[in-house]
Amino acid sequence: MSDFFSMYGQMLIRSILIHLKYVLISVSAGFALGLGLGILLSRLPPKFSAVILPILSIFQTVPGIVFIGLLFLWIGMIPATAIIALSVYAMFPVLKNTYTGIEQVPAGYCEAAVGCGMTSMQVLVRVELPLAMPTIIGGLRMSTVYTISWAVLSSMIGLGGLGDFIYQGVSSNNNTLIIAGAIPAAVMAVLAGALIDRVQKKVVPRGLRKEAIR
Amino acid sequence: MIQFEHVVKRYGKNTILHDLNFTIPDGQFVVLIGPSGCGKTTSLKMINRLIEPDEGRILIDGEDYAGKNPVNLRRHIGYVIQQIGLFPNMTVAQNISVVPRLLGQDKAACDKKVHELLEMVDLPYEQYAHKYPNELSGGQQQRIGVLRALAASPPIVLMDEPFGALDPMTREVLQDEVKRLQRKLHKTIVFVTHDMGEALKMADIIIFMNGGQIEQMAPPEKMLEAPASDLVRSFLGKHQLSDSNPLYVEDFMRTNPYTVDFHRGVLECAEKMARSGVDTLLVTDDDDHYLGTVSIRDIKLKGREAGSIEPLISTEVRTVCLGDDAQESVNYLLTSGESYVVVLRPDQTVAGIITKNSMAKVVANTLWGDDK
Repeated sequence: MSDFFSMYGQMLIRSILIHLKYVLISVSAGFALGLGLGILLSRLPPKFSAVILPILSIFQTVPGIVFIGLLFLWIGMIPATAIIALSVYAMFPVLKNTYTGIEQVPAGYCEAAVGCGMTSMQVLVRVELPLAMPTIIGGLRMSTVYTISWAVLSSMIGLGGLGDFIYQGVSSNNNTLIIAGAIPAAVMAVLAGALIDRVQKKVVPRGLRKEAIR
Repeated sequence: MIQFEHVVKRYGKNTILHDLNFTIPDGQFVVLIGPSGCGKTTSLKMINRLIEPDEGRILIDGEDYAGKNPVNLRRHIGYVIQQIGLFPNMTVAQNISVVPRLLGQDKAACDKKVHELLEMVDLPYEQYAHKYPNELSGGQQQRIGVLRALAASPPIVLMDEPFGALDPMTREVLQDEVKRLQRKLHKTIVFVTHDMGEALKMADIIIFMNGGQIEQMAPPEKMLEAPASDLVRSFLGKHQLSDSNPLYVEDFMRTNPYTVDFHRGVLECAEKMARSGVDTLLVTDDDDHYLGTVSIRDIKLKGREAGSIEPLISTEVRTVCLGDDAQESVNYLLTSGESYVVVLRPDQTVAGIITKNSMAKVVANTLWGDDK
């Protein structure tokens, strides 16, 4: 065990940091993009979303490995390749949840808001987004957990991360290496999930929580 | 003042409103009522321009807001909707301050307003201001909904079936509260309902709509007196005056009064009065013919030595016959201070008595229907 750490310790820490960096950057970018596009989509007439959402779903089913490979051929072996690919994938759950979250806001609330004299921007910021927030954060959680596992793929094109251990382990038939890559990734996913649950509690007002005391 | 001038609204080929014309003066409580689909809610929402007319004009204080940004208009018209009006992500205080905040009032001013309004409906600020809507009862929520509409002191408040989802008791209380607030604050309120009882109770003017047109526009009193059509009449239903107005003494009388045979003893009479909770009994002979009355006062004054009640019988109480006009007896009771009139059948037996109580009951039944 101590052998392993003296040999791989530094590499492991570096890989975790790189992995984290990919995840943080692409989830942030994906969240911003997904939120923006989701809001935009909810402003358009329903016939647009009826076309756009299925197309996005199909796109989402393209295996990450294929997309990363294509980007690699096009952009090359720079970190941006991994970040772009991961951001796009991180965007999907957020976009979808933002859109459905806003759509699910009961029409009565929006009518009350408009009737009070809110502009459409004020309705969005003060009523629709807060009410959609639990769903949106749910999307963020999903995209963060996914991105942590997808980021393993970036080592496939030589960009490092915890995937290095897994690929090396697989190719050299070394289970210790596989586990050394898998466990930190799994722990990272669990921690990130827990962290987002905490955030969820903070940003969702008491009035929207199901367990609110009457 | 709100004026509708030749307002027409169509959805596709369906014309919802046909050439609607009416004027709502300031400070009036106006209720829009009618069968579903009659256009009452559509008309209401046209006032704050949630719905735009296809033809015609809607003037508010003489100004036509068509083509102008409706946001500012809406901030000066209160709006209460059924059930889910409150924003669940905001506290009571935040909900009430929504419109003042939109108008740019600072936090201190909003807070003051919240204090003031909560006080007006007896919800203590400390206890309620920081609760969320899902922590309140339905009645409390709708109370806050009304307060939110009043928060920016708009001269006009629109209410779209605000109490439809509440239980009858709570509805009753809120109706009284809104009516009280309206009188106190001199608001113009336009109120949509399908409950005629609510309309009659709240309205200064009822606008009865049907098929996108006004069937009748009148104060409740006038509508009850002269419904314009069978539809209005059927809506008035039990609230309507009955066709057979009470005219005769039998309409006002209470049957089965307490009687006593003239052979009975004084003590027995006194005991019967005490048991029945009355101070006089009607005295009859062996054939049930009416002889007069005996009162506890007379028994007390000179009863003991009499033994029988026969010498105590008084014939001073006024008697009338079945079929007599009631007006005279009613007037007599109201002016003389006597407590009852005895009603006799043609054969001089007792049919009943008219008291102030029995009169009041009949009048109440006539006005509001027999709800028993």
